[in-house]
Amino acid sequence: MLARRIIPCLDVRDGQVVKGRQFRDHEVVGDIIELAQCYRDEGADELVFYDITASSDGRTVSTEWVTRVARVLDIPFCVAGGIRSLDGARQILHGGADKISLNSPALENPALITELATEFGSQCVVVGIDSRQEAGDYFVKQYTGDPNKTQPTRWRTIDWAREAQKLGAGEVVLNCMNQDGMRQGYDLTQLKLVRAELGIPLVASGGAGRIAHFHDVFRLAGVDGALAASVFHKGIIKIPALKEQLIADGISIRP
Amino acid sequence: MLAIVDSGGANIASVRFALERLGVRSELTADPAVIRAAEHVILPGVGSAVEGMKRLQAKGLVDCVRGLTQPVLGVCLGMQLLFDNSEEGPTETLGLVPGTVALLPASPDITVPHMGWNTILTAREDGLLAGLGPDARFYFVHSYAAPVNAFTVASCDHGTPFTAIVQRNNFTGVQFHPERSGAAGARLLKNFVEGRG
Repeated sequence: MLARRIIPCLDVRDGQVVKGRQFRDHEVVGDIIELAQCYRDEGADELVFYDITASSDGRTVSTEWVTRVARVLDIPFCVAGGIRSLDGARQILHGGADKISLNSPALENPALITELATEFGSQCVVVGIDSRQEAGDYFVKQYTGDPNKTQPTRWRTIDWAREAQKLGAGEVVLNCMNQDGMRQGYDLTQLKLVRAELGIPLVASGGAGRIAHFHDVFRLAGVDGALAASVFHKGIIKIPALKEQLIADGISIRP
Repeated sequence: MLAIVDSGGANIASVRFALERLGVRSELTADPAVIRAAEHVILPGVGSAVEGMKRLQAKGLVDCVRGLTQPVLGVCLGMQLLFDNSEEGPTETLGLVPGTVALLPASPDITVPHMGWNTILTAREDGLLAGLGPDARFYFVHSYAAPVNAFTVASCDHGTPFTAIVQRNNFTGVQFHPERSGAAGARLLKNFVEGRG
């Protein structure tokens, strides 16, 4: 049976891993290669690297560190950040990344999703969605890497998720912005809503604080993967202990 | 020497790095003479079957790959291309293993692409799986899959059973990514290059 995935997310800025609170006040947490190796050894199922400054600064991630990561990692990893073209995506995939994740550029140019899926296959095209709850509904935000540049979009989250799948995305990562960095648990209501709309894998992001939150997001929201950053970076949750508990709870997990 | 067929697919770097970690020298090449002379050949590939076949045709490698007599390992799309044809396109593929590759059916509990770590069910003993127990998990990421047939070494189940490892004569294919499957994947690659497969 397919295992639910535990996915540490490493926000990268200027070649270092950083973490903020509700997308603000970033502090350096460590070196990319060291952290990648550490998570691999602890049993992470996959890693995501977000170059959080790339989209709002209008530049693409450098492929140099992608290749350094690919050399040491024997688990899959996804790279996100300012990928705006077929060539940009090709550089990262040829550099050794397994998947690319599009966020703001997919909103600027939705046809890019289809272009990338046609060229590389849907399985390596992930669409990241930054979603905020406002007035009883969920809406997509753009350029969230820099709080001063964050913008609203015309999309309701549910509509954009459905559209991304239609255009050829192979996976959606839903960042629930209200929960990000708060450690109060994943947004189960929102994730369940989006899960019911999609036939492709859905990864939950934002809000993990305790082991029980992972249990709930798999059991109650039915997501395929759960992404977290600060609880792993700060050692609040250790992956081996997390996996042991989830296995004991009867959830399909890679030991 | 191990030759990695440079068909322009996207997972070439990670296959090369996995071999590097095992201390195996490999060469990324589209030169038929180099490929024919290699001790082992890996046919990687990410993307669609149509694009994969187009790339092989454009580089004049279709007959070269079909005619190889040394151990060949197809990975992911590289494995799917070993079959007769694929519904993805649709397109005719290499025809080295009988069968048609088809889209995995999705259902409320089964998301497609099949993405993540899964276990496999061994259909027959094979050296490729030496040292790997029934609990070993491999990383899969694909939407199309090959049917289970007489050449299936191991199958996987994602809503429907499909071939995870196939072998006919000197041609072996794995639907998962050994280069991204941790210690289990490294062991499988080691078994292949050491001639256990």
